[in-house]
Amino acid sequence: MSIDASARPVPLSTLRRGARAVVHAVLEDTPTIDDALRSTVGQRLIELGFVHGVEIEIIEAMWPHDDPLAVRVRGSTFALRRTEAAAVMVTPLAAAA
Amino acid sequence: MDATNRALAELRIALVGVPNCGKTALFNRLTGSRQKVANYPGVTVERKEGHCRDGNGRRCVVLDLPGAYSLVPTTLDEAITRDVVLGRVHGEPAADVIVCVADATHMPLSLRLVLDLKRLGQPMIVALNRSDLAKKRGFRLDVARLSAALGVPVIETVAIASGGADALLAALAAFQARDPLAVPAAGDAVAPGALAAPDRADTERTQRLVPQILAEAGYREPLRSRAAARADAILMHPVAGMLVLGVVLFLVFQAVFSWAEVPMDLITAGVDATGQALVTLLPDNALRSLLVEGIIAGVGSVLVFLPQILILFFFILVLEDSGYLPRAAYLLDRLMGGVGLSGRAFIPLLSSFACAIPGIMAARTIPSARDRMATIMIAPLMTCSARLPVYALLIGAFIPATSVGPFNLQGLVLFALYFAGVISALGVAWVIKHLLTHRSYRPLMLELPDFQWPDLRSLMVGLWERARIFITRVGGIILSLMIVLWFLASYPAPPPDATGPAIEYSFAGVLGNALHTVFAPIGFNWQISIALVPGLAAREVAVGALGTVYAMSATGAALESALLPVIASSWSLATGLSLLAWYIFAPQCLSTLAIVKRETQSWRYPLIMAGYLFVLAYLASFITYRVTLALTA
Repeated sequence: MSIDASARPVPLSTLRRGARAVVHAVLEDTPTIDDALRSTVGQRLIELGFVHGVEIEIIEAMWPHDDPLAVRVRGSTFALRRTEAAAVMVTPLAAAA
Repeated sequence: MDATNRALAELRIALVGVPNCGKTALFNRLTGSRQKVANYPGVTVERKEGHCRDGNGRRCVVLDLPGAYSLVPTTLDEAITRDVVLGRVHGEPAADVIVCVADATHMPLSLRLVLDLKRLGQPMIVALNRSDLAKKRGFRLDVARLSAALGVPVIETVAIASGGADALLAALAAFQARDPLAVPAAGDAVAPGALAAPDRADTERTQRLVPQILAEAGYREPLRSRAAARADAILMHPVAGMLVLGVVLFLVFQAVFSWAEVPMDLITAGVDATGQALVTLLPDNALRSLLVEGIIAGVGSVLVFLPQILILFFFILVLEDSGYLPRAAYLLDRLMGGVGLSGRAFIPLLSSFACAIPGIMAARTIPSARDRMATIMIAPLMTCSARLPVYALLIGAFIPATSVGPFNLQGLVLFALYFAGVISALGVAWVIKHLLTHRSYRPLMLELPDFQWPDLRSLMVGLWERARIFITRVGGIILSLMIVLWFLASYPAPPPDATGPAIEYSFAGVLGNALHTVFAPIGFNWQISIALVPGLAAREVAVGALGTVYAMSATGAALESALLPVIASSWSLATGLSLLAWYIFAPQCLSTLAIVKRETQSWRYPLIMAGYLFVLAYLASFITYRVTLALTA
């Protein structure tokens, strides 16, 4: 499995169940989580391990509209809503033969 | 303070770790059942403290901080953890040692938090937990090299094994308790600059360090077990997963609803027998009445909730510890999110069908304070089992047992009443969502931890805590309310020439008569108005109170069959239906309001709850009464 040379970074939310990808970056402008706490979706995503170069896999996707997604990253699994997954730009890996 | 005394002084330990790292199991291992559960001042976050003895026999106070992924909080729980670690919580002395629990099965996540904490420059130990589990899946890590790379001691712990924390206790002996009288030295305080919240660049920097440190320590990531992957493929499947969830929910509901029946009947019988014994032993006076009808009945009304609470929390703890609960929240996120509820709200709401008391307590498993509040607010709209005797009486009296197609009309009405409760709950949740939602976003971003067998010891400690919290903190409020109600219903005594039932002359009777003016527009007669006052104790008590008002000597099922014809003949259909509509909302359960007060730490929410339920109940009854009157006139 290797990075498809022609592949451009796409939002993680566009990937389907079973897809693998490498994280490119987390968007700068993401929703604020709580007015008082001053955290953002992006900050938390980075803390959870969505950082450049890390390989991720979508292991499950809920109906309808693949929302939420269950994403495997660095040995942990997280449920992300589509809106949250949209903040992660990833480079898809070519599907295994 | 001399050196010996300082060495003997208590060591304050703060347990910190990412959620699901086995921190609570380690806390239970360290402290056993010697725990104190309270709330942090002014917030609903649970504060758990316990104590143990370190390798030198010195007493240690252990504070179990809420799980946190970082010092940039996204929930109230995480904010508390940050504030305690930074020494910002009033009345919470800074810890002498931070024990950061690192989960060997989730090393990168845990290590990032360790790096965040290390930045604070406080004395710290890393407890490497679950390495036994991780090794079975191919995990490799050189503890000495990790310790060297991090610059803090790393100690292996196995929280679920007896003696699994001994090495940690031995290591703690090396740490000094801070002299509480001493002026903080430069090294004691939080490192300068660390108080500023880590920003995005800081976080990305720590994330780059994580793989470097792990490589230095010869880390090999544990593989995902094939069984876990297979279980997730079923349990998180959109169709199969929902089916399994349905079965699980049905089992929980069934257990809370019917398994609790036998112990509840036993408790009621025991309380009745005690009361009867006292009646025969003591002379008939005010003291006996207070003892039997006030105190013993009050204690009974507290204890009767215990079976449901214990059964429900047994299931919740098993589901939580095994890792299933977050998966259920994942499955239900879209469904519940539509009305602004968390996917985790389903267990509290489901158990509220048995009784809102355990349901509202179960809302503690909802991490977001706002989601938790919304869930607590709508919990009493789930038709609880206490409303069934009232429904049974009124449906029996006013709804003919005719068939409608394949269904029985009485059954259909009962279903409609349950349905009306759920629909209004969704409506109220929707309103709360639009009233309370700030512009900020409430994320899911929920970790789905590895499946594991629940630890029996933690399970028992957890159950014991729930039972204790309920009896000591809510029991007192319920008991005193019961005694007040007894007083209202017993005093003043009726005049010697009284013709009506005694309750009519009491404060409760006077109150009921006054309430009658309020309730007349919705068709309640004075008998109903009076019965609603003792019905404050518990919704089903209203049936017994009606019996008292109609001067009936029978009790239990005999009372119901005696009351039925009286009500059917003396109330209009409109009045009967109006009271049914009232009971969909039934704002008068004092026990529910008492638990909301305890769980939210303020009078605001129980008052809002009582207010909105009363308005909804009044409106529903008014409409039902007027429409039925118009149709039957």
